[in-house]
Amino acid sequence: MTINDLPRPNPGRAKLLGAATLLLFAAGSAAGLFLVPADALQGEVQRLLYVHVPAAWLAMLSFFVVFVMSVLYLIQRDPKWDLLAVSAAEIGIVFTALALVLGSLWGKPTWGVWWTWDPRLTTTAIMLMIYVGYLVVRSFADDPEKRARWSAIIGIVGFVDVPIVYLSVLWWRTLHQPPSSPRSMAGEFVYVLLLNVAAFTLLYIFLMVRRYRLAIAERHVEELRLTRDDGRIT
Amino acid sequence: MNRRRVWIGLGLVAIAGAVILLVAGGLRENVVYFLTPTELEAKGAEVYGASLRLGGQVKPESVDWNPDVGRLLFVITDGETELPVESSGAPPAMFSEGMGVVVEGSYREDGVFRSHNVMVKHSNEYRPPEEGEHPKEVYRSLMEEEAGG
Repeated sequence: MTINDLPRPNPGRAKLLGAATLLLFAAGSAAGLFLVPADALQGEVQRLLYVHVPAAWLAMLSFFVVFVMSVLYLIQRDPKWDLLAVSAAEIGIVFTALALVLGSLWGKPTWGVWWTWDPRLTTTAIMLMIYVGYLVVRSFADDPEKRARWSAIIGIVGFVDVPIVYLSVLWWRTLHQPPSSPRSMAGEFVYVLLLNVAAFTLLYIFLMVRRYRLAIAERHVEELRLTRDDGRIT
Repeated sequence: MNRRRVWIGLGLVAIAGAVILLVAGGLRENVVYFLTPTELEAKGAEVYGASLRLGGQVKPESVDWNPDVGRLLFVITDGETELPVESSGAPPAMFSEGMGVVVEGSYREDGVFRSHNVMVKHSNEYRPPEEGEHPKEVYRSLMEEEAGG
């Protein structure tokens, strides 16, 4: 399997998906902001739940995709798995950072601090570093095959931290509360959260489609450059 | 498909799995974000003056907040051991009796935990306010605090 077997980017077809994402996002935001009342104990800040939780969910989903694509790459050596992995990694980094920022904004008024080194926050910061490192390693490699191999290994080994992030609040004493469940939340809150999780998940698919197309285009350009320069770095 | 690559892939997955088990298994017993009052009292003189975190519930009817001198006194409990806490500065808006808290500071010879930072641990329970119940807008007091300097 070579780079020439990859499809050429075909922009435009994702438009319908983008429109659907936008609609679901508008519905989710309206529901979270206006349809349901604010929490009895925390008041308005609790509405951050409807974006903080979906952001954290997307981060973990993305890194799981990186893991699966990395395994597939090492087995088949098909460049498309590598390009899907880097697409997912970038999206995962964005949503990890978003979850951290939203969590911090929520933490100050409720916990009293923007940040504390509790196990949930610490393992999440480590997760962010692992995948930023993944991108850094990629940028060091000049040979596309070597780059794909190295990053696949990081994509597999680095995933170790992801289940730890999720389980941290169950394993250790933390300031962060354990995961919410339909049993710990009023029914109407659960539906609004699920609506926003659906909106974010659709956004993830949309971003993956766009980013993957971009990754293919980048690889074609890189291939042209390598052919022109006959492998010399200029 | 190359058989060798499949084995390399499976090997890496197995290594990652083993690392999870070892790291997480080891950390599970050793990572302690805060001590409970019972654990702190058991350590006693060993930890006098050391900088640490203490977690538990605010004992009902134990809170004494003096805004003039900015001093907060309360008793922290884990249901078994009770320890007095003295803190400077206003507590977070969600601080209340019966609430879970984590305090940062040090334990002294006089048996009082002197804290410089009180953090409120809220639960994962969310519900709409009941009839006639008005949620406290916790962010508002924060804005006033910032505005007031």
